[in-house]
Amino acid sequence: MRYALLIYSEEPTAPPSQEEIDAVMAEWWAYDTAIKEAGVHLDGAALQASQTATTVRLKGEERVVTDGPFAETREVLGGYYVIDVPDLDTALEWAAKCPGAKYGSMEVRPVMEFDTPEQ
Amino acid sequence: MSERAAGAVEAVFREEWGRLLATLVRWLGDFDLAEEVAADAIAVAVERWPVEGVPDRPAAWLLTTARRRAVDLLRRRQTYAAKLAILKVEAERTAAEQHATGPLDSAQIEDDRLRLFFTCCHPALPADGRVALTLRYLAGLSTTEVARAFLVPEKTMAQRLTRAKRKIQDAGIPYRVPRADELSDRLPGVLSVIYVVFTEAYAASQGPALVRPELADEAIRLARILRDLLPAEREVASLLALLLLVDARRDARTDDAGALVLLADQDRTRWDRTKIEEGHDQLKWALRGGPPGPYALQAAIAAVHDEAPSYESTDWRQIVTLYDVLRAVAPSPVVDLNRAVAAGMAHGPAAGLELLDELAEVPELHGYHLLPAARARFLEDLERFDEAAQAYRSALDLVGNDVERAYLRNRLAAVDAERAQRLDQKDPP
Repeated sequence: MRYALLIYSEEPTAPPSQEEIDAVMAEWWAYDTAIKEAGVHLDGAALQASQTATTVRLKGEERVVTDGPFAETREVLGGYYVIDVPDLDTALEWAAKCPGAKYGSMEVRPVMEFDTPEQ
Repeated sequence: MSERAAGAVEAVFREEWGRLLATLVRWLGDFDLAEEVAADAIAVAVERWPVEGVPDRPAAWLLTTARRRAVDLLRRRQTYAAKLAILKVEAERTAAEQHATGPLDSAQIEDDRLRLFFTCCHPALPADGRVALTLRYLAGLSTTEVARAFLVPEKTMAQRLTRAKRKIQDAGIPYRVPRADELSDRLPGVLSVIYVVFTEAYAASQGPALVRPELADEAIRLARILRDLLPAEREVASLLALLLLVDARRDARTDDAGALVLLADQDRTRWDRTKIEEGHDQLKWALRGGPPGPYALQAAIAAVHDEAPSYESTDWRQIVTLYDVLRAVAPSPVVDLNRAVAAGMAHGPAAGLELLDELAEVPELHGYHLLPAARARFLEDLERFDEAAQAYRSALDLVGNDVERAYLRNRLAAVDAERAQRLDQKDPP
């Protein structure tokens, strides 16, 4: 089954020091390498800070563009992985190993599978 | 077959049905289909066995009947998923038949039941869903019975079960026993489901009756099944011990009119010695080979109570010590509350009251009727009747169970009478 591991965390109020950034980044690289070498990784990305977000919606014909993410919450989506594993327990194991679980929380969601229309 | 008839048949074959279902869920990967064909197979058995005699291997016979029925139903569905399911069932059958001990070996069935436990109690399911699934599929209660156990309308319970089953399916919750290294994470979840069922039976949070004997029996039955399935797990034995040692007092907890009788006033000759003895044996075994877990400590506390010839002669100091250890192993505000009550018994009501008052601001205890009820009792002992009356009133505002409410009303009336008398003495006519 395919699962999305959605990485949520609070954004830092003060900029971290270079050593802090290096230490945290080392953890992320190690995880990224592990998940790819395990052969379960399908996709993934880290997102830029939420203040870079722009929200767009259509009100009738009108395009309304606003600054910032759709919802103002303390924890914001910071990135995601999509993995292919046999079951939820395995997906939870990968989510728990992710540095995102330590620095925030991981939401694990199965990816919707659609039946291919018959030819 | 009507739902009602199916329910009656399931009740008679409850154990058998549970075993059958556990294997069918693994074969079919579909709770609803497994449930349907298990009920069908039992219905056929009920019809034929009295006439044709019970087959040599009843469990294998039931499983074969259910499997054939499942294949029939799946063929009719004509979907790709159904075709896959048929292939899987047939593969399982071949695998099972090649197995040396025949199509259905008892170790395999037990493994399936254990899988079912861990799936029904999976932490990814909502708490009420876990309890509902466990009672429905492991205890084998009908949806009506589960609904009655939790005093919710049957429709609500049916929806709860459906939602939980859908999550199992859609989220890919596996049908497996956790590995040894995962067990310490996962077993407490299973134990807590059984414990919740028992607590609801022991002191119903709502409704007219204080104890629901059928539900308490189901909790004990579930604990016994799990004890057989995981014979090496000390906390499983501890949980069984705890349930037995507490349940032993069941008959003495209400009087002939159904009114609540507190531990202090219970007729201890009405305690069930057989249950106490069995609880002791389980606990003794569980206490060997390492530091005690939270259920062992609670069982030990229950055992100290069960041993005491009277409330006054209870070894309260030992109980306080056991609560201290419990607080270190599994801290919780309810444990603090119980410890405060025991400390009051060991060191006097003033000491108990002081500890209780320290808990006044704990958010988890807001809305918990036993905190003001315990305060009221100590205030009464200290002859601070105005405050006692006030505390009984707070408890009455929060209590949900009718028998407990009646008890609190009685205490309040007694305290009010005491206050009136004192006023009379103060102001002579």
